[in-house]
Parts: sequence; structure tokens; C-alpha cells
Amino acid sequence: MGTFHQGKHALHGITVVVDTVGPEVAVGRCDDIDEAQVILHDADVHRAGDGGPSKEEWVARAAGYGVWPKHRRLVLPRESVASIRPLGEI
Amino acid sequence: MPYSELLVKPMREELTSAGVEELRTAADVDRFMSEQEGTALLVVNSVCGCAAGMARPGVRLALTEGPRPDRVATVFAGQDLEATARARGYLPDIPPSSPSIALFKDGELVQFIPRHRIEGRSAQDVAGDLVQAFQASRPAAAAHESAAPAAS
Repeated sequence: MGTFHQGKHALHGITVVVDTVGPEVAVGRCDDIDEAQVILHDADVHRAGDGGPSKEEWVARAAGYGVWPKHRRLVLPRESVASIRPLGEI
Repeated sequence: MPYSELLVKPMREELTSAGVEELRTAADVDRFMSEQEGTALLVVNSVCGCAAGMARPGVRLALTEGPRPDRVATVFAGQDLEATARARGYLPDIPPSSPSIALFKDGELVQFIPRHRIEGRSAQDVAGDLVQAFQASRPAAAAHESAAPAAS
């Protein structure tokens, strides 16, 4: 049974954590990554601070059962991205 | 939009040929979930090759290697929409995830493997997690029986 990701980034289809250089961190299914942007599907974004959970706490919670999709398609500018890693590795 | 039935037929059969009951309607799901005694495995199947391509063989392996749950069924996300929505209704606190695998004991969820715990892993890894969950969910007497040395 093959996968359908011709021409896409190697993380296509994988649920990833995208940490940004700012207070936001996102979790979603990677559609594609290129020099300009990271595109996630069925994603949620957390903004740390304001007394809420830290980035690490929010990601740790997401690592349990995943996230409720708040964005069908989320585009993050590449220059805002600090790191990308599979959620399954957390 | 659902994929062609021709495309998904082998993906359905990969599970049904291992004795997994396919739930195609909400009524099927309600019937399956209404029987609460014992253990029940519910597999949310999916077209996604990245994860479902490992989930299905993982389930097949686990069913042959481990103590089999009392009842085993599947819904197909993206194909059997009504049945999948109803199945997710039995997991109200868990975000939708496909493929995913839920194990219930006496009607209570005891193990849930979401998509991101399947991605990038082998069928053997997925089966290993399932076999462990099947063993942990067995009644104490049955588990003790299989652990006891054979009588001489």
C-alpha cells in the first residue's frame, strides 16, 4: 500500500510539532515544507504566556492523544520556524 | 470526499480477512459498543499510507500473536462517515485521529493509540504495543493461567 506524497517533503503526512522563534508552537499534520513556508493540515496553535501552559507543557499534553484541529490549513513563514519534529518522538 | 471503493477495498479486506468486523453505519457502531462485557478493539482505518499502511498489518499481527480481544471491529474514516462520527462519539475527550486504535474493557477505554504513535513505526512495533495492551486487559485469572508453568 503506497503513500501519496510525490514531490512533497519527507515529513508529508506526519504529525509534527512546529516551534517558532516567538511564543507560538503548532501541532498538525505536515503537508509540505519548503524554503518559504511550512504548511500544516488539521492543526492547532498555542501561544505561551498570559498565565497559560508553557510551550513544553502544551506539547507534552498534545503528545498524549493529539490536538483538536482548529485550522484546516495553517501556513507558517519559514523564517518564524525554530524547529520541526515529529510529535510521535515526544 | 471519499475515495473510490475500488481503491479502498483491499484496505478494508486487510482487516476483515483477519476476522475484524466492519461497521458501516451508526447503528452498527451502537450495536458493537452496546455490548460492554469483556474487551473490544475498535480500529479507525484510513487511506493514509503513512500511518494506516503500518496500522493494518500491526493489528493483523497482534491478533495472531496476542490474546485476542473478545470483539474486534473497524470503521473507515473518510469513507464511512456516519459510522466514523458515531465511533468518535464514544471517545468524546479524544481528538479525531485516523488511523487510530482503541481498546475497551467492560465498556471503559483502557488504551488509545493515536495516529502520531503509529507514524514512522513498523507493523511489529504497533503489534507489540497492542499485544501488551491485550495482555494487560485480560481478566486476572486468564493472565495467571497462561503465566503458570505447565503441570508435570
